[in-house]
Amino acid sequence: MSTASVPLPNWINYGLIPLLNLIVAFLISGFVVWLIGESPLDALSLLIQGALGNGEGIGFTLYYATSFIFTGLSVAVAIHAGLFNIGSEGQAYIGGLGCALVALSLDRYVPWYVTMPIAVVGAGLFGAAWAFIPAFLQAKRGSHIVITTIMFNYIGAALMVYLLVHVLIVPGKMAPETRTFLDGGQLPKLGWVMQLFGAKLGAAPFNVSFIIALVVSYLVWLLVWRTKLGFEMRTLGVSPTAAAYAGIPYARTVIIAMLLSGALAGMMALNPVMGSSARLQVEFVGGAGFVGIAVSLMGRNHPLGIIMAAILFGILYQGGDWISFEMPNITREMILVIQGLVILFAGALEYMFRPAMVRLYQQFKRG
Amino acid sequence: MTDKPAIELVGIDKKFGAVHANKDINLTVAKGTIHGIIGENGAGKSTLMSIIYGFYHADSGEIRVNGNPVTIRDSQAAIATGIGMVHQHFMLVDNFTVLENIMLGAEGGMLLARGVASARAELKRLETEYGLEVDPDALIEELPVGLQQRVEILKAMYRGAEILILDEPTGVLTPAEADHLFRILKVLRDQGKTIILITHKLREIMAITDTVSVMRRGEMVATRKTAETTVEELAELMVGRRVLLRVQKGEANPGAAVLSVRNLTVKDNRGVTMVDNVSFDVRAGEIVGIAGVAGNGQSELLEAIAGIRKPTSGEILLDGKTIDKADPARLRDLGLAHIPEDRHHMGLVLKFEEYENSVLGYHRRPGYSKGPLLDLEAIRKDAMEKIEKYDIRPPNPRLKTANFSGGNQQKIVVAREIERDPKMLIIGQPTRGVDIGAIEFIHRRIIEMRDAGKAILLVSVELDEIRALSDRILVMFAGHVVGEKTPDAGEQTLGLMMAGIAA
Repeated sequence: MSTASVPLPNWINYGLIPLLNLIVAFLISGFVVWLIGESPLDALSLLIQGALGNGEGIGFTLYYATSFIFTGLSVAVAIHAGLFNIGSEGQAYIGGLGCALVALSLDRYVPWYVTMPIAVVGAGLFGAAWAFIPAFLQAKRGSHIVITTIMFNYIGAALMVYLLVHVLIVPGKMAPETRTFLDGGQLPKLGWVMQLFGAKLGAAPFNVSFIIALVVSYLVWLLVWRTKLGFEMRTLGVSPTAAAYAGIPYARTVIIAMLLSGALAGMMALNPVMGSSARLQVEFVGGAGFVGIAVSLMGRNHPLGIIMAAILFGILYQGGDWISFEMPNITREMILVIQGLVILFAGALEYMFRPAMVRLYQQFKRG
Repeated sequence: MTDKPAIELVGIDKKFGAVHANKDINLTVAKGTIHGIIGENGAGKSTLMSIIYGFYHADSGEIRVNGNPVTIRDSQAAIATGIGMVHQHFMLVDNFTVLENIMLGAEGGMLLARGVASARAELKRLETEYGLEVDPDALIEELPVGLQQRVEILKAMYRGAEILILDEPTGVLTPAEADHLFRILKVLRDQGKTIILITHKLREIMAITDTVSVMRRGEMVATRKTAETTVEELAELMVGRRVLLRVQKGEANPGAAVLSVRNLTVKDNRGVTMVDNVSFDVRAGEIVGIAGVAGNGQSELLEAIAGIRKPTSGEILLDGKTIDKADPARLRDLGLAHIPEDRHHMGLVLKFEEYENSVLGYHRRPGYSKGPLLDLEAIRKDAMEKIEKYDIRPPNPRLKTANFSGGNQQKIVVAREIERDPKMLIIGQPTRGVDIGAIEFIHRRIIEMRDAGKAILLVSVELDEIRALSDRILVMFAGHVVGEKTPDAGEQTLGLMMAGIAA
């Protein structure tokens, strides 16, 4: 047996090991910062100050986190069914179209709380639709989902540029974006949450979609661990042969899992489109779909872990912006390197420290 | 034999977390003998051998080879010390030739040509000296399993092994191939090699070993001269209590046909015809056994009946109604239960907790769900009842299935399929990798099912098992049913049929 199968207590598996990974990522990032000639400690303190130092910073952090929760859940649902959905980025982008169409058609007739649930459905449907073709090709034709979803990211991006430049653009304007939504198409900010803690939200676009994200996280947990469908998805994800033996229909389960995954990615659009910019813009997803992969990996594909990982990445985004603003030597690209390191250690090298932890734990138990 | 012993283990101790796999093991293997190590699954045989071969390191204790203490850091070191191992699952590259496999890891030099020439010569020598014949240019994937195993032995010999460890070597062999293997082992012994044979088959121990050591729960409980012991004594030492080696059963009382297979043809994933125009009936209250060497179409036949694999042509009827379009879920509703050949990949999801596996395939039944949700309370209660009834240990439905022993895992599958009271039960390898105590239990359950009037189709590569349980035996060879026999047909007759020689 390899050490991978030795059981460890949960606090090590889900607490200590991720923490260790994070610390190593920060240490190496610190080294990189030092190489550039800046002080790693100053950078760290700027990072934390920028992301958590005041109400506005926290608001931005949570705003980013909201998007990452949706895309993280999207990736996680697919992973539980054994599917690596790289297409959350494109599904979120197309989801934005669904969300914007709802907002554009309803905003002048109804208040936001009527628009919102319909926009959730619209964004979800559009996201799911964008996941459907790759899902269908995987289920019925065996085309690999990783390849098809990557291709659909590009197709989606091209389609959206076309629509925004030629169809949805406001006549006479230069910017490829829709008109600004009226109040009925805008999600309220969560300034009152900040006020509960005596902080001010300021300009941060932290909005109601955060609450939707939390509710959806709970629903995903329910789906994966408490429903028959979730049981079937997990069976398929872990052991396709056992699923075939148990009579779990492969094609149907794959397609449903991908539709759900696409819908979750699509819902992400609510946050930037209706919660922040109040219009549909080119490139509004901004890589959140890809960050979702790291968030899901780091959060062990569990909604609770995903929420925490999403907040961590929110901190890195917001704090990173702050660092690059305060330390001109550290460019936006450097921040990407640091984020990459976190992804590398928390996601890809997830099990690097496991064998050592197993040895330590066993020695500790014996002694 | 006044030489120093080939291998001496002194006080070997190994723990995995809470599991004490090897407790203070002492073992002496004399040079030039075949030494059997027998024990139930989980008794610690494989751990012990892995320690000798350098996969694990003992927490304490000493290994001596030819009287000299050695530290075996890894398998490279083991090979250097002259220890070779033939694993239960072959470690061969399927699309390499025999010669390439044998050279792998011992190529010698940057360029292959010289190594190939010397390897070929060495192979020739081994062939003539030990009767280990095999075509060096044949591709591994084209060789029968018996020959693949021979390649594994050659690999070890090529690396200069003086001590050869074989882990459950006969699991995949026909009786004839097993006999051939034993002949080879005897030649090796007579040439002065030392052989350690790990097995849970008592018959093999009696047939071939000089000395036998018995392990139970991590301890070495006895060592006997094979000539001075009996099968009964060894079985008792293994299990720790008296065991019934023969299944007791009365006359079968067959009723109407429950399952009818008509001109069934099934292809495997590569499009090769594995089941070729097969027809038979299974009646209520009888056990029909399908004997055959692994890979002669039994697996595909089972999968076709279970609805996992679509047949190319022919008909499958359950109670006279055709079912060859039905999927496994529908078949379960119709009363067809399936204990699959491979519990690790089919019967169970090893990463799931026990209770989740106890409803796998039946999870959509009314008792287990509330609307779209699973009724976890009901499922766990149900799982607990089965755990008690089948004495599944440890009795914890929340434990990960991978952490149960092979026998207990199999009981989880058997309990799930039998307790649903099916009218037709199809079973593949019911006791593969299962310890004697559990075998006894599972066999009894199967007989009880028969006596309750269920129709049972049994596939096993263990001829003993087929003969002990079946009321009728069909022999499969190369996709055909080559004949039907009664269970009192001699082993030789069945063995020849399985090899496709006589009908």
